Amino acid sequence: MDQLNEIAERFMVQAPACDHWTLRLVAEESEHLMVRQGVVEPSRLDSSRGAMVIVVKGAGIGYGATSDLSPAGLRAAATRATDWAEVHARLGLFDAGIVPIERARAHYRTPIEQSWDALTIGEKLDLLHAANRALAIDERIVDYSAWLARRRVAQLLVSSAGGWVSQVLDSVHPGLVAVANHDSQTQRRHGGGADWPQQGGLERIAAVGLIEDAPRVAAEAIALLDAPDCPTETRDLILLPSQMVLQIHESIGHPLELDRILGDERNYAGTSFVTPGMFGRYRYGSDLLNVTFDPTLPMELVPGVADDTGALARRAYLIRRGILERPLGGSLSQARAGLPGVACTRASSWDRPPIDRMGNLNLEPGEGGLTDLIAQVERGVLMDTNRSWSIDDSRNKFQFGCELGRLIEDGELKGLVRNPGYRGISARFWRSLDGVGGLQTLEVRGVENCGKGEPNQSVYVGHAAPPCLFRGVSVFGGGE
Amino acid sequence: MSAERFFHLAELLNHDLTGGEILFAHLGAESSDFVRLNRNRIRQSGHVSVTSLDLTLIAGARQAAGGCDLSGEAHQDRARARQLLARLRERLAHVPDDPYLNYSTEPSESLRQQTECTDCMPDAASAIGELTAAATGLDLVGIWASGEIHEGLASSLGHRHWHQSNSFNLDWSVYLEADKAVKATYGGMAWEAETLRRKLAEMRAGLTIMARPARELEPGRYRAYLAPSAVQELMQLLAWGGFDLKSRRTLQTPLLRMARGERTFDPRIDIYEECGRGLVADFTPEGFVMPPRVDLIAEGRLAQCLVDARAAKEYGEPVNAAGPDPRSLGMAPGHLESARVLEELGTGLWIGHLWYSNWSDPNECRVTGMTRFGTFWVEDGEIIEPVKVMRFDDSLYHLLGDRLEGITREPELMLSAQTYDGRSTESQLLPGLLVAGIDLTL
Repeated sequence: MDQLNEIAERFMVQAPACDHWTLRLVAEESEHLMVRQGVVEPSRLDSSRGAMVIVVKGAGIGYGATSDLSPAGLRAAATRATDWAEVHARLGLFDAGIVPIERARAHYRTPIEQSWDALTIGEKLDLLHAANRALAIDERIVDYSAWLARRRVAQLLVSSAGGWVSQVLDSVHPGLVAVANHDSQTQRRHGGGADWPQQGGLERIAAVGLIEDAPRVAAEAIALLDAPDCPTETRDLILLPSQMVLQIHESIGHPLELDRILGDERNYAGTSFVTPGMFGRYRYGSDLLNVTFDPTLPMELVPGVADDTGALARRAYLIRRGILERPLGGSLSQARAGLPGVACTRASSWDRPPIDRMGNLNLEPGEGGLTDLIAQVERGVLMDTNRSWSIDDSRNKFQFGCELGRLIEDGELKGLVRNPGYRGISARFWRSLDGVGGLQTLEVRGVENCGKGEPNQSVYVGHAAPPCLFRGVSVFGGGE
Repeated sequence: MSAERFFHLAELLNHDLTGGEILFAHLGAESSDFVRLNRNRIRQSGHVSVTSLDLTLIAGARQAAGGCDLSGEAHQDRARARQLLARLRERLAHVPDDPYLNYSTEPSESLRQQTECTDCMPDAASAIGELTAAATGLDLVGIWASGEIHEGLASSLGHRHWHQSNSFNLDWSVYLEADKAVKATYGGMAWEAETLRRKLAEMRAGLTIMARPARELEPGRYRAYLAPSAVQELMQLLAWGGFDLKSRRTLQTPLLRMARGERTFDPRIDIYEECGRGLVADFTPEGFVMPPRVDLIAEGRLAQCLVDARAAKEYGEPVNAAGPDPRSLGMAPGHLESARVLEELGTGLWIGHLWYSNWSDPNECRVTGMTRFGTFWVEDGEIIEPVKVMRFDDSLYHLLGDRLEGITREPELMLSAQTYDGRSTESQLLPGLLVAGIDLTL
């Protein structure tokens, strides 16, 4: 961070002549270790450093991004940004005078219990070898891997208005996969934290049970080979948090993004069935549906004090007791739409401009445990761990698939079913929500590959959710 | 960064090697203008200049790899590259021998510069001015990307490869209302305003049909024509584990039943990877030169796999690809004239685009996804009305197999507009497909 501070201070001396500017400096380091079938895969050490200068000049706004952090390099980026601001002033969608000026000064750093360097490379590889041995339990396991990834993103955002926000985010991501096969049937099972990303250090290894989870992962992959296919019919559905993450992400998160509602994404990620007139009155789901934008939940993937424009991040309800309250829109989108929003304007790195993203989007807990939900089901299916996702460009008609299902009969869990999937329409699906697990069932997870934007950007987003019960859902299994 | 500067940097790093160390240096760089449009106005515009260096350090049977960004300033870049090299050397001491380490030991060279002419690429701001003027009155939304893309490879063993292009890619759609829209793309290395105007005129004509009330279909099986851009979506999904050797050997390929001899596509289906198309670099990061063409599906049956360097060593096959995914996919054309598609379709669906596909059941090669952009109901060879978006869920063993009726004679070259990891140079050359039925589920 010290280096970024120095670069920012040098830039301020030669800042561009304009109405307003921001400089966002990003230094990212990542490392990836993997052991597959007992063989150490080539390890990678990556780093990226660069800057984005945004210039507001008259009615225009433009950006310039560069990996040249010398004074000359940043000057050149500012000149590019100014040139594009002038084009925007002639041909822009809005007058850049509406761009909010942020002045916040704040700092955030991920609290870490055990630093990445607390274990040597050899010790980390030993853990991955141990996980491999625990996965290789049967000759039907035809492929298996264990991995450990680390990412640190240091970002400094400074502005001509005096804004100064520094954030250092750390995450360690362990994971496992076992692939089982018999004849024409192949089944995969993930675990060991593979779909459970959070901020933190090496303490994540124990928290997700990287090695302890391996026998279960392998055993379930094998068991799925001989399980019957999920039935094709209408049943009640319990989704575990490992699938709720995707359900929230695709059919609440994306449709509430204000830039989609404003039409920015229509050529790529799509539009939304949600329209501006729905906020404050539209029934999105049953009374049990409470959804928050929450940058305050400890260790969730997108924390922090501010978004990538410098707007301070605060917790807010998007949906309360089933009624839609506000969209996921940053300060510029709010100004364009005349709607309230949240501090969620974020960029994937220094080389992409910030746009509306989800941040941490959580489904608030209800009451009771998973067994209480199961007890309410006469004829249903429980589904675990997302494996397939597809939804229309308005984020309405969806189809999701999971790695593992279990039948529920007369309030009790029964046998495994393979290839479980379900279809629905967002606008109706959430109204069928009839049970939400309590705080003790809440799991803080996330998604590491949320794609959106032109040019394209992939970001981390956090999702916390308990298991949930939905009534009368169209479920199905595999086959041609 | 120019080829000369990259090769010079690589030489400097080679001088730092000790003992029997071997170094492969791979460069990726772009200088891009991005202009995002909404309602035929600029939503967001700017410039991105990025240069990334990847190094792979090899000592005996051990290897370590890593990457860093370069600034373009020679002294800084040398310092950053040396720092990365030092970290990799430190890492090498802690990793075991890699049984699948595989790199080319035979020096090779190539130079490919793709620029049609020095003045055929427009200034981005001027092109956007032309576009917004020509699209006056349209609700146009999309992305312009243009500029130079460089890719280079150098090794201490003598490899020297360079691939450079200067291109533009305009990917846009025009909306009538809600999700009623038509889509177009225009990319290449020589900008012609007349081509843009022709495409916009076609879109205006498409909107007149879009203006008709949309038909809402019931789930069921419908006779259909899949335009090349719809076929592209299916091929992109099939490419996810469908063609690489590792997926086949570990029995994870969605073509598992074909690999077991239980299923085939129609004998008219030939699918191939065509590096020789010239749009992507023809060398791998490990120094191997890729063949101009690899047949993946021949006469409806599995042919070769894509084999990258690591899989080649693990499974004892020759290298023919830089990675597991095709980058220049093609499908052989058939005999159906594009002009006769509506007549041959008769009554059914004309599907312009498919979107957001994923595996519904990979063991059965069963795919789900959505219709999007320009899908129409056709009766007696005449387009009647647009169709509201529908979900399909069907097996490629049917769509490319027992329900395949015809393949168009004129394949279409589609340049990728993806920019997740920088501006893509990938492309697909695909025909349209006439099928006796596609299953719609929602």
